[in-house]
Amino acid sequence: MTNHWVDIKNADLVLIMGGNAAEAHPCGFKWVTEAKAHNKAKLIVVDPRFTRSASVADVYAPIRTGTDIVFLGGLINYLLTNDKIQREYVVNYTDLSFIVKDEFAFTDGIYSGYNVDKRSYDKSSWDYARGDDGYVKTDPTLADPRCVYNLLKQHYTRYTPEMVERVCGTPKDKVLQIWDMIASTATPDRAMTIMYALGWTQHSIGSQMIRTGAMVQLLLGNIGISGGGMNALRGHSNIQGLTDLGLMSNLLTGYMTLPGEKEQDFEAYIGLRAQKPLRPNQLSYWQNYRKFFVSFMKSWWGDAATAENNWAFDYLPKLDKQYDMLQAYELMNQGKMNGYICQGFNPLAAAPNKAKLSASFSKLKYLVIMDPLATETSEFWKNYGPLNDVDSSKIQTEVFRLPTTCFAEENGSLTNSSRWLQWHWKGAEPPGEARSDLEIMAGLFLRMRDMYRKDGGAFADPIVNLTWKYAQPHSPDPEELAREYSGNALKDLADPKDATKITRKAGEQLAGFAELRDDGSTASGCWIFCGAWGPTGNLMARRDNADPTGIGQTINWAWAWPANRRVLYNRASCDPHGKPFNPKRKLIAWNGAAWAGADIPDFKVDENPENGMGPFIMNPEGVARFFARANMAEGPFPEHYEPFESPLATNPLNPNQPQAMNNPAARVFAQDREAFGKADKFPHVATTYRLTEHFHYWTKHVRLNAIVQPEQFVEIGAALADELGIGNGSRVRVSSNRGHIEAVAMVTKRIKPLTIEGKTVHTVGVPIHWGFLGVAKPGYLANTLTPFVGDANTNTPEFKSFLVKVEKV
Amino acid sequence: MALQSLDIIRRSATTLPEPQARGAHAGQVAKLIDVSKCIGCKACQVACMEWNDLRDEIGTCTGHYDNPHDLSDQSWTLMRFAEYENPKGDLEWLIRKDGCMHCADPGCLKACPSPGAIVQYANGIVDFHEENCIGCGYCVTGCPFNVPRISKKDHKAYKCTLCSDRVSVGLEPACVKTCPTGAITFGSKEDMQQHAAERIEDLKSRGFDQAGLYDPAGVGGTHVMYVLQHADQPQLYSGLPENPKISAMVGLWKGISKPLGLLAIIATAAAGFFHYIGIGPNETDEQDEEAARRELEKTP
Ligand code: SF4
Ligand code: SF4
Repeated sequence: MTNHWVDIKNADLVLIMGGNAAEAHPCGFKWVTEAKAHNKAKLIVVDPRFTRSASVADVYAPIRTGTDIVFLGGLINYLLTNDKIQREYVVNYTDLSFIVKDEFAFTDGIYSGYNVDKRSYDKSSWDYARGDDGYVKTDPTLADPRCVYNLLKQHYTRYTPEMVERVCGTPKDKVLQIWDMIASTATPDRAMTIMYALGWTQHSIGSQMIRTGAMVQLLLGNIGISGGGMNALRGHSNIQGLTDLGLMSNLLTGYMTLPGEKEQDFEAYIGLRAQKPLRPNQLSYWQNYRKFFVSFMKSWWGDAATAENNWAFDYLPKLDKQYDMLQAYELMNQGKMNGYICQGFNPLAAAPNKAKLSASFSKLKYLVIMDPLATETSEFWKNYGPLNDVDSSKIQTEVFRLPTTCFAEENGSLTNSSRWLQWHWKGAEPPGEARSDLEIMAGLFLRMRDMYRKDGGAFADPIVNLTWKYAQPHSPDPEELAREYSGNALKDLADPKDATKITRKAGEQLAGFAELRDDGSTASGCWIFCGAWGPTGNLMARRDNADPTGIGQTINWAWAWPANRRVLYNRASCDPHGKPFNPKRKLIAWNGAAWAGADIPDFKVDENPENGMGPFIMNPEGVARFFARANMAEGPFPEHYEPFESPLATNPLNPNQPQAMNNPAARVFAQDREAFGKADKFPHVATTYRLTEHFHYWTKHVRLNAIVQPEQFVEIGAALADELGIGNGSRVRVSSNRGHIEAVAMVTKRIKPLTIEGKTVHTVGVPIHWGFLGVAKPGYLANTLTPFVGDANTNTPEFKSFLVKVEKV
Repeated sequence: MALQSLDIIRRSATTLPEPQARGAHAGQVAKLIDVSKCIGCKACQVACMEWNDLRDEIGTCTGHYDNPHDLSDQSWTLMRFAEYENPKGDLEWLIRKDGCMHCADPGCLKACPSPGAIVQYANGIVDFHEENCIGCGYCVTGCPFNVPRISKKDHKAYKCTLCSDRVSVGLEPACVKTCPTGAITFGSKEDMQQHAAERIEDLKSRGFDQAGLYDPAGVGGTHVMYVLQHADQPQLYSGLPENPKISAMVGLWKGISKPLGLLAIIATAAAGFFHYIGIGPNETDEQDEEAARRELEKTP
């Protein structure tokens, strides 16, 4: 979230799209209810299904799954043509005035630099034009045809209300009604928040859907302000913490990135990430990358990380490609990866295409499962009749099941969607032989280190030199780890302005990332968490909910990254002179000498606004980007591409270019392409989703949850049910080109047939949550149906759009 | 439970006068369920099961979100989901939390032949004391909302207690505490009526001209009230009765049975007539109503 849960109560308008907050985040949804009850806010829900969120919405509109960029691109077009933008905001705080290189082009859905064989782009033309001073050229009048404003306008001219109706199936009058409501927030005294979740991320163009939403918010001046923002609702209580701590194959902690295989040179690695400002007097905060990185390396390798060895840069693996989960299962399937440690993860259910997953796991030598529950993955080799029809005698994989504690049986911090690190305390002793993940991992590490010490190995240094200074090496405390990722001084730190003054003694915890240094004198395992456990102790454990300004800025409740800041980009809530755009919901303001207010300023605290520093200090531009430059895989402006399984034969936005049918930059493995289905055999559009009553594949093990939602079902619109003669409550078979499931048919008015390009398209809803283990009624794993392809940037699987056929059983 | 903190003002099949020395100074309580705020998350259902130690069967899906399918001795509340296409052609998903309404004039209590099996407290809560229940099922017939359920296990009647145990020590009912959206609130009846008025104003400003409070006069008002978007059509909400009244049978029965005493009642309970009304539909026609009214007037 750019903002936070409580801040949603300040919204005047709430758009839930690409998510179903009432269903999947009922506790957080409270704040939508507050906004409606106490701020007279209106709620808009756009979703393929009339959801629980829609049940309390003021306006609901249906949309075909996977077409959100068309709806939002149309909205951008509408806002620009009707001049419903917050001009002062966009002119000063975005790149609309920046001039783009002449070489940059977009033809028939494909950007300049495309290589069809590699399915990727040479992005060198995707950049701004530079002036003689080295800075980007701009035209504040927005007249230059090559400025971002005009390119943006040009790009979205094709996205008309008629096009939206044709592609999304959303009735034009609903489209215009919603756009009009949204446009009303272009004024400084009105704010809209966007709440989204996996309904946007789980598409082959998911990242670009989210970008389109963010672009709408920028045009309306809704980023950085109270009641606004782009608010990603994270599904697991600590999934935010997972990404923050870099548990992705291409990340280090705090959104630093692993080097690629061509980046063997340390200085070049840093240089690319510590970008110089693109405009005069911009902060470009990532220029501090070296400080964050060196402190991180000191945290991991201590004395072994020295200036001489580039802070152990060679210890880091250099990526030849992305190692996301889809890549991992592909490598297993090819026999190239033969061992797998599966920690708190149930991929047989949670990754796409169960048949492929099952085949992949069957080729492993060993599979280690760390989980509090008996997961389907841990029994992938066991026959459960039609629900898991495998021949155990043919599977040689050795499976180890290590029972772990669950969150309630240990201390630690969870990072919620608001970026709040909230400390929690053990509520119960773990059952039986369960051990914490920390203890299991520590045991594994110590044994590996012993072997490397004794027997050596190809490159033992990173293992034998890893810092491991815990009081009980076999079982580190969560408190020790929390202090470590927050960070401390390794030497006495002198005040940079007065060398005689010591600001931090060696060993003392640091108060924040501003204290990090690039000379090896500080350590911090995750720079954005720096200060969470500061010199005064564990700030994550704070529970003071005082809200002095009444806008929900409880800054002494727990601790938010970065720097305990609650609303990111909050400098943008003020006009260029530092006065709040909306004095009623004041986050910060310039008081003549400093920035201060209800939040921690996301800005240089003593920077006079008249100097023209932009509010988006992490970008070298100093402003927000409509033009993503080379940061996205498939292009600088979001373009609609059809899901890899689409009911259409061509992409209506680019009908003459087959390469632009689906995301041209998405990685597709050959075998998976063959497994895609076509509309002639699988005529219905399906989408998977979650239900309030359950959490993923866990709560089917819990009796109370099973009582309130006991048995697997699929949702089918009344029209399709009539067409196929399916009665409510009868059993149906839903198949894709990859397999089938059987479930109870829930026939509903909440799913309406859509008219897409003149033809009727039915949506089939497939809730996940059931499997062959647990106390709920056994069911099929829903991912039996889903395609093995992901977003071009993140490789998040396309769980939300695929093709199926429905039949009576 | 000890009930000193909850003065009983009415007791089933009892002619003894109830204690009256202590006044109900704290006033009468009410739970307000704002259907327009409810997202059907069922947290209240789970909280009810947890607080009251109830565990229903793990059932099946029959093509609805209503699970369990009906109230039972183990399910004292459940969400009922109704899809409604309004005259404008827009869909509404009306989700109503069903359960005991805690009627001011409780048909269940009036119908109950067993002394002290059903009581009403000064705060308005209607409670079943199962140790006195003989399982005859008259309360089922007497209830205009089809709420009490006879347990197959012990043949006694069960229903929502409005968490009388929690309320007696100053806590809100478990469902209220757990509701994430604030759709359920609890307090004095006047406060809840006032809160409802604010909510209704908000709903009217959003185009629900017929928004209103459901606090039906036919049962003397209720201590569980609903804010409805369509108060003129309560039946849209999975058959919430438009004009609930105590069944004519209850009045009739009271008239006949009062002098007979408990023994006779138990004996008669075996008879087919009573069996029918124990499990049969709770429908009344105008004639019945008229007869009941006459009987009621005769009953002191
Ligand atoms: S709703 Fe039925 S069970 Fe509840 S008090 Fe009224 S009559 Fe009795
Ligand atoms: S807990 Fe509240 S929102 Fe959830 S179903 Fe119950 S009344 Fe509705």
